[in-house]
Amino acid sequence: MILYFLCLMLFCVGLYGVLRKRNIVKMIIGLGIMEYAMNLFFVLIGYRFHGRAPIDAKDQNIFNMVDPLPQALVLTSIVIGLAITALVISIAIRIYEKYGTFDITKIKRLKG
Amino acid sequence: MNNITIIPLFVIIPLAAAFLTSLVGKFIKRSSETIIFISSLALFAFSLYARFLLNSAAGKIMVYKIGGWMPPFGICMVLDGLSCFMLITVNLIAFFVAVYSLSYMEQYTDKPKFFTLFSLMVCGMNGLIITGDLFNLFVFLEIASIASYALVAFGTEAEELEASFKYAIMGSVASAFIFIGIAFLYSFASTLNMADMARVLSNKQNEWVIPFVGVLFLMGFGLKSALVPFHAWLPDAHPAAPASISAMLSGVLIKTLGVYSLIRIFFNIIGATQGYLAVLMFLGAISMIAGVVLALSQWDFKRLLAYHSISQIGYVILGIGLGTPLGILGGLFHLFNHSVFKSLLFLNSGAVDYATGTRDLKETGGLGKLMPVTAKTNLVASMSIAGIPPFNGFFSKAIIIIACLEKGNFGYAICAVIGSILTLASFMKVQKFAFLGEIKDKFKNIKEVPFTMLFPMVCLAVICIFGGLMLIPSFRFFLDDAVAVILKGTSYASVVLEAAAK
Repeated sequence: MILYFLCLMLFCVGLYGVLRKRNIVKMIIGLGIMEYAMNLFFVLIGYRFHGRAPIDAKDQNIFNMVDPLPQALVLTSIVIGLAITALVISIAIRIYEKYGTFDITKIKRLKG
Repeated sequence: MNNITIIPLFVIIPLAAAFLTSLVGKFIKRSSETIIFISSLALFAFSLYARFLLNSAAGKIMVYKIGGWMPPFGICMVLDGLSCFMLITVNLIAFFVAVYSLSYMEQYTDKPKFFTLFSLMVCGMNGLIITGDLFNLFVFLEIASIASYALVAFGTEAEELEASFKYAIMGSVASAFIFIGIAFLYSFASTLNMADMARVLSNKQNEWVIPFVGVLFLMGFGLKSALVPFHAWLPDAHPAAPASISAMLSGVLIKTLGVYSLIRIFFNIIGATQGYLAVLMFLGAISMIAGVVLALSQWDFKRLLAYHSISQIGYVILGIGLGTPLGILGGLFHLFNHSVFKSLLFLNSGAVDYATGTRDLKETGGLGKLMPVTAKTNLVASMSIAGIPPFNGFFSKAIIIIACLEKGNFGYAICAVIGSILTLASFMKVQKFAFLGEIKDKFKNIKEVPFTMLFPMVCLAVICIFGGLMLIPSFRFFLDDAVAVILKGTSYASVVLEAAAK
């Protein structure tokens, strides 16, 4: 249970970074932390204590195995996270070229 | 069996087009335009053909099993009335927008990259519509979202980048909520197939997991579809994109990513209770009023249209949230109509921008004499969105209002009427300041836009005029099948699993 709680804490740290930080780079880092937290959560769902890899071999009986599906899904999710991070960072670089600052409160050409 | 192989084509064609345009677009002149034209035309034709096949299919459902794996284990693709309805809507708009982009995108550099991203976006939307697997839905949702973040920033000017950054951050937070919702559902039901999940959930009782997941999905998809508490990104992102992409974003992206996923998950998987429906109706009504009130004070043509998107999505959600057959029919019909007239309006704003170089309504004026076709299509679209009788917008809004009265929700009916009147007011402003009045000196020499831009605008205007005909009995199967899927609720599970077992 404490693992899930720590995972939730990690997610909240990321969310805090996205919502409260003024620096664009810190917001992106917050986004990354959020993604790690949710991937960790998904892996934890499939984890069993003292479990083992679900590889079926001859004359072996597996009693307690880890659910492999979340791990496969998390791999996909990591790739998606990579794509988003790469895109957002390249946008941040362009923003710095145009505005000369990373401060979100000074990047305010759009109104309403 | 062979009929079923049409289903994966909706993902394969745009994906192949995206790959080919990025591969050969730079080296062979005009190749990317040709590829995009052919692929979007083929997609539109196939979506109509799929509708034709669905009529003859048993139980009006077709299931394609990827790799031949049976549903609870493998990913399956499901084509039913609702997916077919959405497919036709998306591919219709995508085709006209692609034709429009052929000339419009001349102002920007690097057309092949634009068409690559455009195809990826279409691929994501088509995949999201036909998939029958919850995690696969998330993957396609992310494909469409990431392509749209990049497309919003396509101009790479200061405003575009700022809007795109805002959109990307809020979109990623929304995706995070959706992902966690899916994780909870998986841990609870131990399956990811939508039909199987619906079956498991209806047999399993738990008083907190389902409402919790419902709230997560409502936040996630609410952000994607820009319902009012979550709408902050839309008025920035939609005007910043190139006009053809604004038409796609407002016309189909927010509906596919937001409204369709909400419908699919809430009605077919979780099973809509009165509580969810009440929340949906409430959010819809707020969006309806808040969007149009904010739109009234806008002077930027595209920003005004973006606020109207929020308002019109409110109508769709209100209609669907009513939960009665008539309300859902009205909501879906309004979804289709809004796709048509809102993309037409954005294409018109693009035409004004293309001809004059400005979108500020205070600077334009009297364009009606110099751009007669644009002025007329804009008049048609404005009348449609405001709900003036012979046009399609009238019928769908009327159905939603009648459904509200039928269910006894007089307050929401009054909200819908007020929203409609305010919409009319703000579009009279557009018509007056953009197309009527005296022409300014500096715009004396502007010309009507080229034919490839006029053709989609005229076609969409014709659909606006004759869209109401979809309600007459011989064409109603298009809407009725979609409504039937929603009303079936969680028995969607048994229908899909039976069709897959064949």
